[in-house]
Amino acid sequence: MMKKEITFTLNNEVMEVEVDPGWTLLYLLREVLEMTGTKEGCGYGECGACTVIIDGQAVNSCLYPVMEAEGRKVTTIEGVMSKNGELDPIQEALVKNGAVQCGFCTPGMVMSAKALLDEKERPSEDDIKESIEGNLCRCTGYVNIIDAIKSAAGGR
Amino acid sequence: MQEAVELMGTLGNAKYIAGGTDVMVLFRQKKIAPENLISLRNINDLVYIDKKDGLKIGSAVTHTAIAKDEFIKRSYSALNDAATRVGSLQIRNVATMGGNICNAAPSADTACPLLVLDANIVIAGVKGEREVALDDFFLGPNKVALEKGEIVKGFHMPQFGDNTGSAYIKHTRRQAMDLPMIGVAARITIKIGKSKVRCHDALCTIDNISNVLARLQDEELEIEDARIAMGVVAPRPIRAKQAEAALKGKVVSEKLFREIGEIAMSESQPRDSIRGEAWYRKEMVKVLVRRALMRSIDRIIRPDDTIYPERLW
Repeated sequence: MMKKEITFTLNNEVMEVEVDPGWTLLYLLREVLEMTGTKEGCGYGECGACTVIIDGQAVNSCLYPVMEAEGRKVTTIEGVMSKNGELDPIQEALVKNGAVQCGFCTPGMVMSAKALLDEKERPSEDDIKESIEGNLCRCTGYVNIIDAIKSAAGGR
Repeated sequence: MQEAVELMGTLGNAKYIAGGTDVMVLFRQKKIAPENLISLRNINDLVYIDKKDGLKIGSAVTHTAIAKDEFIKRSYSALNDAATRVGSLQIRNVATMGGNICNAAPSADTACPLLVLDANIVIAGVKGEREVALDDFFLGPNKVALEKGEIVKGFHMPQFGDNTGSAYIKHTRRQAMDLPMIGVAARITIKIGKSKVRCHDALCTIDNISNVLARLQDEELEIEDARIAMGVVAPRPIRAKQAEAALKGKVVSEKLFREIGEIAMSESQPRDSIRGEAWYRKEMVKVLVRRALMRSIDRIIRPDDTIYPERLW
């Protein structure tokens, strides 16, 4: 298929990339840009491991056609840590609260939590649960994750 | 929008894509294989929430946008109930109501609320626009009355007054990211015969539901109009028209609601599936129709409350 060029902002950097229009955003991130922080858990939009933030909203990148990224602001897990290596409060909280076991769901959880906290500084417990309802975790049982997000919200 | 329709006319093997949460999945499952995708995501003509003269919602409005609208939450509550429970937050951020309806799963959450809110669907094609009642739009599982190349432009609902309330109950095994086992929507318009204050008091108790309904019965709430719609009990979302007719003109009472539950149950034809068995779904129709009607009444009498008790009966 003919390659096309798209321009979008990725983790605050403007990117001009040649893409195959049949790709998903997830494919571009992992296979082409080799940013493997975002995971493919199911490919159907059901597990949330592929969550990225597009224009402020959490989105499943496995269902996002790459051409639709044109002109948008995309943030991935790679863009969450600060440039000098300091963890974001959400990441810090997840580690401190024992909310990371195998770690496969963690990037998705961080992105969902970040999308929530960027929008609502003081989310209720129900808000937090709603924000991660599309992120499956097979290891932790979610309680520590919710506590971590609560403490990250309190700290901000 | 015109460009999209014309483009569809010129391309051979093409499909519209808006949020993509259904189309991309069908692609993956190899159920469809279009050569071209026409993106509707950035078409402003299809993104509108117009609140004059009823409610008009563009087909490309996302579920999140509908969920956040306070006017829809208050006056078209069943739609808010559905839009907040579709899939997950990530899905709702991009998925559009137009897509939810055009994909026409028998379990489509926004279908039942739109049916009870008397929605018409506006369709645009090369020959111009036409408006169809939503009830006539669903033809079967994943089949809708769209000619080749037509786009759904939006949904129009009439204006309702303060004496109308609606609710949608999505019965699921999980709290999120689940298709409903059955979905029931109701809309009811009542005339309060006696005291609204006493109705309010009756609904504010945590008393046994029979006692609450006995007190409501004393206040003579006459049902001027009612709609009931059910999902996952037939190959497409359906209205329980016999139950609706049986409600009209009657006074709200426990006996009436029990009868209505039975009538609605008789109008449903669920099947066994991995999500639930037919006998259970039929039983739940009986229960959820009553609960949806009660919640609709709660919303009429107590419109400013944000949480309505789960009246378990």
